[in-house]
Amino acid sequence: MSHHHHEPESVLSLRVRALESLLVEKKLVASEAVDRIVSAYEEDIGPHNGAKVVARAWVDPAYKQRLLADGTEAIEELGFGGVDLRVVENTPGVHNLVVCTLCSCYPHALIGLPPTWYKSFEYRSRAVREPRVVLREFGVELPESTEIRIWDSSAELRYLVLPERPAGTENLREAELAELVTRDAMIGVAVVQPPTPAAR
Amino acid sequence: MNGIHDMGGMHGFGPVEPGKNEPVFHSRWEGRVLGLSRACSVQGLFNIDESRHAIERMAPGDYLASSYYERWLDRNVRLLVEKGVITREELERRMAEVAAGRDPATPHKDPDLLARMMRGLTERPHYRQPGPPPRFKAGDHVVTRHDAPVGHTRLPRYARGKHGVIARSHGSYIFPDTNAHDGGHQAHPLYSVRFHAAELWGVSAESRAPVHIDLWERYLEAAPLER
Repeated sequence: MSHHHHEPESVLSLRVRALESLLVEKKLVASEAVDRIVSAYEEDIGPHNGAKVVARAWVDPAYKQRLLADGTEAIEELGFGGVDLRVVENTPGVHNLVVCTLCSCYPHALIGLPPTWYKSFEYRSRAVREPRVVLREFGVELPESTEIRIWDSSAELRYLVLPERPAGTENLREAELAELVTRDAMIGVAVVQPPTPAAR
Repeated sequence: MNGIHDMGGMHGFGPVEPGKNEPVFHSRWEGRVLGLSRACSVQGLFNIDESRHAIERMAPGDYLASSYYERWLDRNVRLLVEKGVITREELERRMAEVAAGRDPATPHKDPDLLARMMRGLTERPHYRQPGPPPRFKAGDHVVTRHDAPVGHTRLPRYARGKHGVIARSHGSYIFPDTNAHDGGHQAHPLYSVRFHAAELWGVSAESRAPVHIDLWERYLEAAPLER
């Protein structure tokens, strides 16, 4: 293939349509199946799934224990799956950060498709070597005494961070807690913020 | 292989730029590429390790100049051509036909393919398989293989020839280094291995920033002397 530096989108789009056409003609692909996968990712699969897992772990200590011991099984209790999962827990002295230096491994089933920055050369090259600097770029400043554990997703396990439950949320119900949990917190580039007074 | 994809620890890429309110797909074609890739995988046209290795085999300059889904598209075409499913000439001809509004393909339905693709979103992956008993246990000290293999590997370059400690045993998983090369999909024990930052990055390492990497037993030797 010729070099395609910043190829105009129309050419790319045309190449993709031609590829789909060939595969449809050869009865290897049905366009309807592609439509359904696309809409599943656009409409159904996203961080709200992972947020439910996190909120459950916050309110149910026995569930949290099962989740940390075997994430794959524990998420199936809540109706999620499609992933071999390892959940790593943030505590006052430990902050976890997930990356895939070799490609873009990410727990799709729980937080959707990865954002561009997660797949970027910048994040992949630097998260393992200078996590504190990278976290600062996301606005997260951690005490020097906090250990930052980096998880390079090099095999077929996917990593999800169980963030710390913010202070002042003792009276919130599970569904309200889930609303506080962000995608970035489950990757480890953010901490979960307490609800703002206005939102209460 | 010592490819451009193996980016852990590289300098020069600049700050991470988190985007706000990013759409799932930036253009329609990106979603089609993802869906086509899933279909090819479900149809057994290529496996996950062949698929990763095909992206790794892009010329480094092309890799760097391409967007994420451009790399996926390049991968799909590369593998489908190599496996004899399509030819590049056929694809060029079809592009011209589609551009001229003459797409000869007739749409059809394939409920079985659809069901298998949807199941892939919720079913447990099949990568974990019975394998030989693990040689190491949590707490064991290991040294990673020091090598520059020409083929596919999931032992990142920044962690080769390094001393680490087994943090957890994951069971056995299909070994990518053979699965990417028609070498069979046998399973081998997989571990989470913990490395001190200073072991990986030397004196410039950040303090208290250990890296955990999931590594197959085939990448590991018992450390000669525990440090």
